[in-house]
Parts: sequence; structure tokens; C-alpha cells
Amino acid sequence: MTDLSDAFRAAFALIAGLDPALAEIVLLSLQVSLGAVAVATLIGMPVGAAMALFRFPGRAALLVLLNALMGLPPVVVGLIVYLALSRAGPLGVFGLLFTPTAMIIAQVILVTPIIAALTRQVIEDLWVEYEEQLRSLGAGPARAVPSLLWDGRFALLTSVLAGFGRASAEVGAVMIVGGNIDHVTRVMTTAIALETSKGDLALALGLGVILMTLALGVNAAAYLTKEWAQRRYG
Amino acid sequence: MTSILPLELDDVSFEAGGKRLIKDFTCRLDAGPRTVILGANGAGKSLLLRLCHGLIRPTAGHIRWQGVDPGAKQGMVFQRPVMLRRSVAANVDYGLRLRGVPRRERAAIVDDMLGRTGLRRLADRPARVLSFGEQQKLALARVWALKPEVLFLDEPTASLDPAATHAVEELIDAMHREGTRIVMTTHDLGQAKRIANEVMFIHRGRLLERAPAVRFFECPENDLAQAFVRGELLWWRLGKDRQKISKPN
Repeated sequence: MTDLSDAFRAAFALIAGLDPALAEIVLLSLQVSLGAVAVATLIGMPVGAAMALFRFPGRAALLVLLNALMGLPPVVVGLIVYLALSRAGPLGVFGLLFTPTAMIIAQVILVTPIIAALTRQVIEDLWVEYEEQLRSLGAGPARAVPSLLWDGRFALLTSVLAGFGRASAEVGAVMIVGGNIDHVTRVMTTAIALETSKGDLALALGLGVILMTLALGVNAAAYLTKEWAQRRYG
Repeated sequence: MTSILPLELDDVSFEAGGKRLIKDFTCRLDAGPRTVILGANGAGKSLLLRLCHGLIRPTAGHIRWQGVDPGAKQGMVFQRPVMLRRSVAANVDYGLRLRGVPRRERAAIVDDMLGRTGLRRLADRPARVLSFGEQQKLALARVWALKPEVLFLDEPTASLDPAATHAVEELIDAMHREGTRIVMTTHDLGQAKRIANEVMFIHRGRLLERAPAVRFFECPENDLAQAFVRGELLWWRLGKDRQKISKPN
């Protein structure tokens, strides 16, 4: 019990003292996760919106696949990206393995299906409401994609948030393709795993607290934004 | 500019869920009068407008417009308009942008339309927080900006109070005077009398009577129409009774 409270005390000392090792890890985590979510949003939202508005052969199969991809095991994605980026792999020439870029690539693969699937749901619901009006004004499905993405911007925050949650919390993929190298590819989740196994509970707990606080803060901000938007825009 | 009128419906039927909701509808709409489509709820008035406007396809029969790209020269106002989550002015601008009106011309048109519909002071407000009446005026501003040759209105005042209804009717009248062909549905007899030059009376998906407004309201020929004009609440019973009589069993 004293171990635990000691660890907590040490953890808060690290956070309060803005420990440089801790700060470095947190910043790299944010850089990787936010980068991955940004890229995944750029890919996932148009794909999701297009899946909502267009009818084409094989659409049902694609929907099932997309939903299944939401549950991709991170270690499997890590393994596949590892194989692709390793020296002998097809993308080996770029020398990306064990770099933050490799970690972003792996997380993009994990997060894009989530953002696409949730976007599809939001846009499909909007289309039910908007279809006749937009078609009457002269907008077919192709023209409606950007209009609906813009009109659903606050509802779509939730899908970006889900993507960010997945990216910031996963450990398997970034561990495999990043290698958890100190000062290079060590992020919060991989550091927690390592420090825990080494027995340095203070750093692990400190990072855990920051990770939780971050998740809470981002969700609270999103909630407040949506509330504000609801009042402001109806 | 060539006209997209006359609009011809040739034996048009529409079926959904195994039910024929529009039955063998044949009519022709020429340029000119304000047509009001009258009938009870569920008579098929909205479906008829959607068929004409091209939002749904007929199951059988043909709908023919004249000229090129008729879709771009007609507009529709719905009972509950859908406003985009942007400002009042941006909603009017959106329609113009879809029709490819150059940016430098759009601002003046938007301002003109908001002025005519009395919405100028609300230009920067988010459209979705307006009252229903204001939203319906905005819907008219948005469609008016496109200068449609034909305007379909589907019960445009059904959820509005009398003051807002009056304002909307005035705007419809103004568009008519500028040369837009008005085709409107309502189940409100008073409104039909105020607006109609001619009436099309439909019942259970069929066109039962079409007549100039004065004649229709004074002495409709169809017996169901007579009951409707007299304001009998259960006028549709007539149809049921008649069916019973014609089916001896």
C-alpha cells in the first residue's frame, strides 16, 4: 500500500516538476496520435460520406468489411506494417521502421476505419433529412458530400474523438513498428508497459495519469463544443 | 430562354409498398395561372408534386418537360424546409453556388432576396435557430434567388401561424407577379380560395376535377368535391358509401 502511495506521490512530483523525460514522451505521443488522426480524418471522412450517399455493387460487403476493420487488433496491424517496412519488405527502401513516421502509418491504418464507419452513420442520417431539399436545389450525391460533411461538422467531432481515443490508447502497433526506443519512438503507452515491467512505477503512473487526464480533457472539450454548437446553430 | 412548360403528365402512376398511391394521372400544366392542388391528407398531393419535380420516378407513365435542363428551372418549397447549418445569407448563397452563379454576382442577389423577404436584419444569424415562419420565408428567398420558371409548394404554411401564413402567401404572390408559375398543394380551403386561379381536386391518387377557381368553389361537378367545398368534415365517407353500393354482397 505504501508502495502505491509512494508511486503516486513520485508521479505527481514528476508531472508538477515538468520532468523533461516525461515531457518528451508526452509530446511525441501527441505528435504521433494527432498526426495519425489528422491523416485518418482526411481519408476516412470522404470515404465514409461516399459510402453513405452512393449505391454501388458490393456496397454491403464493403460496409461489413469496414465495420470489421474497426476492431482490427493493433498487434496484427503492427506486424503487417513491420513486415512492409522492414529491410526486406516492399517499402523497406524508405528506411521508416523504428521511426515516428512508421508509428503514424500503423495508427492511420487502425484509426481510418473507425472514422470512416462513424462518419458513414452520421452522414447517412443527415442525408435522410437533407436529400430532397438538396436534390431540389440541384445537388446530387457527389456535390452533397462536402455540404453534408460541413453541416455535420459537430456531430462528426465524435468520430474524430473515437479515432483519437483509439490512437492514444493503443500500445501493440506502436511498440512493434516503433520499437520503444528512448528519445526516438518512446510514447506514453509503450513507456508505461516498459516502466511497469522494470518496476519504475512512478514514471508509469505519472504517464498513466496524464493519459487519463488527456482523454478526459479532450472529451470534455468536445462535449462543450457540441453543446455550444447546438445552441448557436440549432 | 426557352420555356420548360408545358409540363405533361401522361398516364402517370406511382406505387409504393404494393399500393398504388397515384393512379393514371394525366394532365398538362401551361404557363400562367396559379394552380392549387386540393385534397385531404393522404390524397397524394405531395407525391404528385415530387413526381413533377423529379424527386421520385413514376412507376408507370411519362412526365415530360420541354427545353433543356428543366430541373435547373424549377424549385420546390417543402412543408418543413431543411436549413443548412450556416447563416441565413449563406443558405441563399448555397443555392446560387450550386447553379454556378459567379461569386461576384451572388452577394447582390442574396442581399436583394433577403430584403424582399424581410430577412435582411437576420442575415448573419444561423438559419436553424429562426422561427418556423422565418425559416419558410428563408426557404422562399433561397428558391426565389434561383429565378425558377416553375415553383412547387407543398403545404408551405401547414405548420405556421396566421401572420406567418400571410407573409408567405404575399411572397408567393410576388413571385407569381414576376412570372413564376405557381403549383401549390393545400388542404386549407380558405388558402385555396385566396391563392388559386385554378383548382385540381384529387382524391386517393386520382384527379377527380380540374376547374377554374371561381367555378370550382361555386359549383364543383364532382360529388366528393362538392362535399369538400361545403366543408363537410366526413366528406370522404361519401366515397366509401358509394363503393359499398357498387359492390353488392
